[in-house]
Amino acid sequence: MLKKRIIPCLDVRNGRVTKGVKFKNNIDLGDPVEMAVRYSGGGADELVFYDITASAEHRPIDIGMVAAVAEAIRIPFAVGGGISSCADMERVILAGAEKISVNSLAVRNPAIIAEGAREFGRQCIVLGMDPVKSAKPSCPSGYEITTRGFREFTGMDALEWAKRAADEGAGEIVVNSVDADGTRQGFELEITRKIAEAVGVPVVASGGAGKPEHFNTVFRQAKADAAIVAGMIHTGEWTIAQIKDEMHAAGIPVRMTW
Amino acid sequence: MLAIVDYKAGNLTSVALALTALGADATVTDDPAKVRAASRIIFPGVGAAASAMANLKRLGLDDAIRDVCARDVPFLGICLGMQILFSRSEEDGGTDLLGILPGRVLRFPDGTGDKIPQIGWNDIESRDPRGFLATGEEYYFVHSYYVEKNPCTVASAHYAGTGFTAAVRRGNLFAVQFHPEKSGRLGLEMMRKFLDAPVKGDCRNA
Repeated sequence: MLKKRIIPCLDVRNGRVTKGVKFKNNIDLGDPVEMAVRYSGGGADELVFYDITASAEHRPIDIGMVAAVAEAIRIPFAVGGGISSCADMERVILAGAEKISVNSLAVRNPAIIAEGAREFGRQCIVLGMDPVKSAKPSCPSGYEITTRGFREFTGMDALEWAKRAADEGAGEIVVNSVDADGTRQGFELEITRKIAEAVGVPVVASGGAGKPEHFNTVFRQAKADAAIVAGMIHTGEWTIAQIKDEMHAAGIPVRMTW
Repeated sequence: MLAIVDYKAGNLTSVALALTALGADATVTDDPAKVRAASRIIFPGVGAAASAMANLKRLGLDDAIRDVCARDVPFLGICLGMQILFSRSEEDGGTDLLGILPGRVLRFPDGTGDKIPQIGWNDIESRDPRGFLATGEEYYFVHSYYVEKNPCTVASAHYAGTGFTAAVRRGNLFAVQFHPEKSGRLGLEMMRKFLDAPVKGDCRNA
């Protein structure tokens, strides 16, 4: 039986892993390669890295870091941030990453999803999206897509965008709730479930995890295939093993040996 | 020589890095002569069956792979590198494959509630007499198509209401649907077992 995945997310700023609330108040957490090794040895099923300053600084993603991570760990990882073309995607893949996450780029240029899927296979192309609760008439699902680290509102409906991205060829969709991000009050269940029920590709819940029970809830109630964990393990307050023990005890299929 | 066959079907970096981690000295090659001369072969692959077959033919690697398999040179197929050994795939409107092993490659059915592609860790049920794999072990899978169970199946797994082939073996030929190079410690151990396995029978190097 396929297991529900726990995926630590590492936000990299100037070569260091940082964590902030709603993209603000960033604090230094450590070296990305060291943290990748620690999490991979501690039960992570995959990892995701976001080079969060690459786009703002108009520079490509840090390929040296991608290669160093690929050399150090033997589990799959995705990389996002600072990707602006298929050529950028190719560099990341050749450096050893399995997946590329596109977010603002795909909103500006949805064709990049199909291009990437055609070039590298749809399993390589992850659509990241940052929905926020919205009452705009253009957003009937009740959620609007934001871009550029929650800074811009697009007026696009989150559910419609998820369906379109899956049709274009995205192999996975990460639903990162702006409202829940950094709150540690639990995942945003409503839009995650709506998307998980509407698309035929795996959906990854992101934002808001604060304790192990939150994962049981998102897998049971929102039908997520995987979930992102960040702050609650980065601070050392919780471990991946504790999350997985809780899931295992609740009867959720989860990888328990590593 | 340990050869990694490069037929422009996906990324070889992870396989090469896993072999480096194991201390194995591998040669990445698209040269049919080097493949024929190899004493052990790794045949990876990710992507679509039709373009992979076209690349194999263009590079003259299709006959080289058939040749080494006929001589029973130790061989590890991974993911598409397993599927392509079979007769025919439903992918891309129907694609003839290498036909080294008997069986078909089918798409996981829609409408079961399980997402396609299958992405993630799944547990296997093994009847592998060589002991490369054990029942209950979890490996990392990424695929929309699967090899139906066949006489060479030595491990199986379950997804989308379908029991599918996780590994096949015939003589010194071994192939897996999952990605051992991305399956953590267990995956590396499986690759180590393949590299260390004594050669059975009288396979002759070219």
